[in-house]
Amino acid sequence: MSEATPNQSLFEQIGGEAAVNAAVDIFYRKVLADHRINRFFDNVDMEQQAAKQKAFLTMAFGGPNNYTGADMRNAHARLVKMGLDDSHFDAVMEHLGGTLKELNVPDNLIEQVASIAESTRNDVLGR
Amino acid sequence: MALKKIILDEHETICHEGETVLEALLRDNVDIPFSCKQGACQSCMVRSLDVPPPAHAQKGLKDVLCKQNHFLACLCYPEQDMSITLGHQPEYFTEGTVIAKELLNPETVLLTIQCKDALDYYAGQFVNLKRADGLIRSYSISNSRRHAEKLSFHIRRLAGGKFSEWVHQELNVGDTISVSDPQGLCYYLPDKMEQSLLLIGTGSGLAPLAGIIHEALEHGHTGEIHLYHGSRDVDGLYWIDEMRELAEKYENFHYTPCVSRGDAPEGVAQGRANDVAMANIPDLKGWRVYLCGHPDMVNQAKRMAYLNGASLQDIYSDAFHVASPTLD
Ligand SMILES: Cc1cc2nc3c(=O)[nH]c(=O)nc-3n(C[C@H](O)[C@H](O)[C@H](O)COP(=O)(O)OP(=O)(O)OC[C@H]3O[C@@H](n4cnc5c(N)ncnc54)[C@H](O)[C@@H]3O)c2cc1C
Ligand code: HEM
Ligand code: FES
Repeated sequence: MSEATPNQSLFEQIGGEAAVNAAVDIFYRKVLADHRINRFFDNVDMEQQAAKQKAFLTMAFGGPNNYTGADMRNAHARLVKMGLDDSHFDAVMEHLGGTLKELNVPDNLIEQVASIAESTRNDVLGR
Repeated sequence: MALKKIILDEHETICHEGETVLEALLRDNVDIPFSCKQGACQSCMVRSLDVPPPAHAQKGLKDVLCKQNHFLACLCYPEQDMSITLGHQPEYFTEGTVIAKELLNPETVLLTIQCKDALDYYAGQFVNLKRADGLIRSYSISNSRRHAEKLSFHIRRLAGGKFSEWVHQELNVGDTISVSDPQGLCYYLPDKMEQSLLLIGTGSGLAPLAGIIHEALEHGHTGEIHLYHGSRDVDGLYWIDEMRELAEKYENFHYTPCVSRGDAPEGVAQGRANDVAMANIPDLKGWRVYLCGHPDMVNQAKRMAYLNGASLQDIYSDAFHVASPTLD
């Protein structure tokens, strides 16, 4: 992790794209191994899915992305039909935090990431 | 949104929502080469003359081809109207002559082709073989790079399969056939010589793995190399003795033949090759993994290998996708 300076964005403080790449491997493995939620990730090509996880993490890390709330709704609408609810959302939040801890990201940054991800809850769950 | 226009030469094809460019062209009876419909064989490569193609349609293409707006028609769900060309396909074919043909087992033939020009390939890659009438199918190269002009293939006969039946029944020593440039990303590079390798193949999926193993051993790969070759029954296996001899000769090479149905004879494991492999090697952290053969096995094993600790960029695979018969 790079030295934090006041002008750095959250994304830069976490370590930018390199951090996303490191996190994706850990995060996606946690998600796929979790019986509470891995059914949502069946039937998708793994490489493609890993790319989407990268998009997810970049967004949660406050990095550059073009996603709108409507995009989040659309991306997860299929999953909501499959029964996606708060418990699944919580599980993903848990893995997000766990991944960052494993990468020794400081707690105050983890909190900021969690609050960005949390802010998408209603869109992801289609409410 | 929905409808997109695909302009090819003077002809206009409408691509519906949820339809690939290949599907739209075939529906319009456009004569375009294709084989796997899965983005694996690259035989459906076309080029956009105006807009950049969507990134998902360029999966696995070399950088230069991407920059020139080449893309795979079978992967492309167009995002806007496009003008495309089939001509000037970058795929380059050389002439090959069949110099040997022998059975490996009742359903698999070992075909050796002498190419006019030496091909530059990595062990594990595949080529597209083209019959005189234009029928194209992908086959993996089964030898290492030492014989860049002589390529061998393991071709499994599928009942009713157009190309494989023809190879088995009609193609003879002395006949010629076109051989494309080598392609694919499932190959061995002699870097990280100490990395352990796990190779799992079903049926003729042994072909690329054999090439990779010979290449690795010839380069003096020092990491452990574990091969699991599976089939339904013993008849579907081959090169058992050759692989055993190789395992005797090289201390770091280990070989486990597997059968998924019925009792396994002595020295053969019972179970599907990927299950047997993962049970024997539960921790794949730091390993490089090669998976070739039946698409279901490849997909399952990919997921298992990843969950067992292999990182995604260390998992190489070629699923032997067979074109869907319903669309032929
Ligand atoms: C990257 C890659 C590498 C490959 N490497 C190898 C290799 O090393 N060795 C190997 O043996 N194969 C390999 N393959 C598979 C190979 O390319 C061919 O798909 C395979 O040989 C079948 O081709 P075919 O023309 O014989 O069968 P096709 O004519 O394409 O038919 C495929 C199947 O559909 C059935 N079928 C066809 N038409 C109909 C119909 N109208 N109704 C019902 N059923 C029908 C056939 O019976 C057959 O089982 C590879 C594939 C890929 C994508
Ligand atoms: C925590 C908040 C979440 C955010 C910010 C988020 C973000 C994203 C993003 C950016 C994509 C890629 C969209 C695209 O480009 O196609 C995506 C896709 C996906 N997400 Fe989420 N996600 C969240 C929660 C979840 C949860 C809780 C699940 C399921 C348990 C989930 C499962 C998926 C799946 C399966 C896809 C792929 C969809 C597809 O390809 O059809 N996500 N997500
Ligand atoms: S890559 Fe498109 S048909 Fe094989």
